[in-house]
Amino acid sequence: MSKSSPGPRAGSARSKSAPTTARRTRAAGRPEHEQASLFELAAAPASAAAPRPPAAAPAAPEAADAPARPAGRARAARRPVGAQEMAARQRDISVSEFFTKNRHLLGFDNPRKALLTTVKEAVDNALDACEEAGIVPEVEVAIEQLAEDRFVAKVRDNGPGIVREQIPKVFGKLLYGSKFHRYRQSRGQQGIGISAAGMYGLLTTGRPVVVVSKTGPRKAAHHYEIAIDTRANKPEILHDATIEDAAIPQGTEVAITLEGQFQRGRRSVDEYMELTALANPHGTFRYRSPGSEPVVWDRVTSELPPEAREIKPHPHGVELGTLLKILRDSDNRHLAEALVANFSRVSPQVAAEICAKAKVSPKASPRTLDTRAVELLYRAIPHVKILAPPTNCLVPIGAELIERALRQRIKADFFAACTRPPAVYRGNPFLVEVGLAYGGGLPADELVDVLRFANRVPLLYQAGACAVTKGVVGTNWRSYGLPQSRGAPPSGPAILFIHIASVWVPFTSESKEAVASYPEIVKEIRLALMDVGRRLGGFLRRRARAAAEEKKLGYITKYIPQIGIALQDILALKDAQRDVAVAKLKDILERSRTV
Amino acid sequence: MAKRKDVAQAKKSKQALDRRTVTAIVGAAGRVHDRILEGQKPSMSFPLRTLSNVRYDKDRGYFEIGRSKKSRTMTVSTVRTFAQTLRMMSLSKELVETDDFATKRDAYYQSKNWADAAFAEQTESDTVMDDIEALFSVEGISREQLRFVPDEHGGAVAGRLVVFDPDYASGEVHRIDCTQFGSGAYSIPSLVEHLSFETDAKFVLAIETGGMFQRLQSHRFWEKANCILVSMAGVPTRATRRFIRKLSDECGLPVFAFVDCDPYGISNIYRTLKVGSGNAAHISRFFCVPNARYLGVTPQDIVDYKLPTHPLKEVDVKRAKDALKNDPFFKAFPVWAKAIEQLLKMGVRAEQQALAKWGLNYVLDEYLPRKLAQPQQFLP
Repeated sequence: MSKSSPGPRAGSARSKSAPTTARRTRAAGRPEHEQASLFELAAAPASAAAPRPPAAAPAAPEAADAPARPAGRARAARRPVGAQEMAARQRDISVSEFFTKNRHLLGFDNPRKALLTTVKEAVDNALDACEEAGIVPEVEVAIEQLAEDRFVAKVRDNGPGIVREQIPKVFGKLLYGSKFHRYRQSRGQQGIGISAAGMYGLLTTGRPVVVVSKTGPRKAAHHYEIAIDTRANKPEILHDATIEDAAIPQGTEVAITLEGQFQRGRRSVDEYMELTALANPHGTFRYRSPGSEPVVWDRVTSELPPEAREIKPHPHGVELGTLLKILRDSDNRHLAEALVANFSRVSPQVAAEICAKAKVSPKASPRTLDTRAVELLYRAIPHVKILAPPTNCLVPIGAELIERALRQRIKADFFAACTRPPAVYRGNPFLVEVGLAYGGGLPADELVDVLRFANRVPLLYQAGACAVTKGVVGTNWRSYGLPQSRGAPPSGPAILFIHIASVWVPFTSESKEAVASYPEIVKEIRLALMDVGRRLGGFLRRRARAAAEEKKLGYITKYIPQIGIALQDILALKDAQRDVAVAKLKDILERSRTV
Repeated sequence: MAKRKDVAQAKKSKQALDRRTVTAIVGAAGRVHDRILEGQKPSMSFPLRTLSNVRYDKDRGYFEIGRSKKSRTMTVSTVRTFAQTLRMMSLSKELVETDDFATKRDAYYQSKNWADAAFAEQTESDTVMDDIEALFSVEGISREQLRFVPDEHGGAVAGRLVVFDPDYASGEVHRIDCTQFGSGAYSIPSLVEHLSFETDAKFVLAIETGGMFQRLQSHRFWEKANCILVSMAGVPTRATRRFIRKLSDECGLPVFAFVDCDPYGISNIYRTLKVGSGNAAHISRFFCVPNARYLGVTPQDIVDYKLPTHPLKEVDVKRAKDALKNDPFFKAFPVWAKAIEQLLKMGVRAEQQALAKWGLNYVLDEYLPRKLAQPQQFLP
């Protein structure tokens, strides 16, 4: 199923010309309802069957209710089935229903990962909300064990809270959110995460999501218990109360009961919390987990990162389906105006050039433009020179803060960090930052620990498939003094912190575990690594030289007296003669040492 | 005893040699001292000890060390080795003056009194000792004269030979008859310089393995063939080589080598016995046996005697090819090159004990008599 109906991210990561015919061929011979992609625009013609899903699905949630495909597409199977019969089997699939069958796509493949993903989605949301509201985040995470395999994950923030009417939708409806439609750097992108976690909890334990939210110190808190109607993708409110004397002054607390497994070590909630604290030095994090003392990571700085600016999509990154949708939705009278108004870096001249190249009238009405004309426009765009998208929309952590955070949390001898200038992949601005800690108490004989982050979110799974790993492996670390086998990351007592910030991070799957290897991204990662690598190399050389100097000095004081003794023995020198020779020799060697 | 006069003579020449040794050591140390007083970095130069710095001198019949030298200037990084070299020279001088000796291991332990200059491992002290030996070999002084003796003692000897071993302290001379060891044998001492011989044997048979020596000795082959048997047990030690050389020089005896037919037996054991080795070319003039000849087992013997074989191992092939390409000795003798190429072509090796296939005593009843009947066919 996952293969034949690409989810939102997989679809956009593919080439623009994804062969839709191949998809159709595969669809043949199997019941149609299994093939239908939720994210396809029902109204779009077949040639636009692989649009950029983000814009398609959520903006038109009624798409899921759209009529099923024309049945004529199904080809003859072994037992001839009439179109009528097939049509009878074809029906809608709700997003939530889709999820229940494909939970692995969103990071709920096993109980252990499910717990991690739940915490992660809730923390992502908490941090995004705080930052957007200009509040220095304070996030509390608590994991309580109810039974062998049953846990409550509670995440509380000091953010702006959520207004009462929105609460059920935010937590009880998939693909509902504020981040999907925007080109803006944020942790969440899709509006799936937290509601998926809630649905997972409901599916495995039957317990609803409990949300308490308070939008201000003097406002009443709202207490909700929400389940999800998976067929209708609608929240189902089980309990709704107003609490006058809530414990928190402001913010949101989510509690999800779910089937899970709590483990420590690699890829655990522990690790996730530690890395989140590292990548968000402006946040304070408190963490309680079964069977251990609470941990607090205090903020390294109380300065909030500047607000991430939203940008319009850049024509070079847009897909046909998105283009079509944007034009159809625009309220401009002329095509050229619609292009200028809805895309970044499109001036009237550029718009005119696009129209000229496409041989489509700039005066045409964008809403009534036929698909063929849109496709002509789409094909013309790459041939028009357009300025790179603005990059001031990106908010790096900053080399200085990365280094400070590493220094505060890791015992090492050497630290370096680097923030690359922004670059662009497929019309999407992004930037790469790298931090490095070397030596100290870090294990010397193991592979270097590579910590991956995308928009400040730690990535714990699928390192092998990630552009970051590619960049690390593709860098020649030996020239910086770290041993490295072919096709492997370097080894040595070091930690690499690698952060990719973008308005749209190209994850390889919906579970957001690995970054797709666009050449531009891998290149920037390598350049950043080379920058810190060179500084590490310098440090290691300086250290080796200092050690050698010290050793040499030691040599002189240790061994010259021995030469004196030997010469005295062989040549029967007097003590005074011996001392003269020793003094002279010391002088000779010390002079040579400084040359 | 008739030998008393000779002993006195030998003692005198030994004392002269000792004086020369001390003078050489003092000279070397003096040069270092002078440089220091001049405010210059002292340096010592040693002949380079590799096969590439070796020349096969056909007239003399042994490896001659070439002119390449490595020079060790005292710098901060060599000061430790420099100190150790000088202290080792000082130890040597002391040993000569007290008429004593030290094995490699002894010297290593002696260094433990040198505070920071002590050797951490015996390999370190061995290297320094080799350097000193090379340094003084230029002046015709051997390691034995520097009073450093190998830890391993020599091979075993049986046959028609009487060895005279004088004791300088008491003036007494021990007479050792090598026919009188029953099923045992005379063991060559670490130092052989002072020995003298009396023999009516016709040749010396140098044997690679203890097993083969055992067979020939217990069947008193030396009586039948009128010879002296020497067991080399692998690559012959310095003492064994020097012993065979003295025998050959002083009694005018030909030396025949009887080793396994494989690249190790040929290029390591036999070649080292006859002309010396790359690593120790500076001592070849004392230690090799230029008139040694190769009796067997030859590659042709494998064919002629239908010997059971083993395939050549990768290291064997590498060693054989290396010998053909880089070894000045084999390059000097086309017959040897041909024999090695034959072996490589056959791709097999045969041990000397493979002759046992034809009966345990086939080697002494058939093989050796047949070979010895035609000494002109021995490989050079």
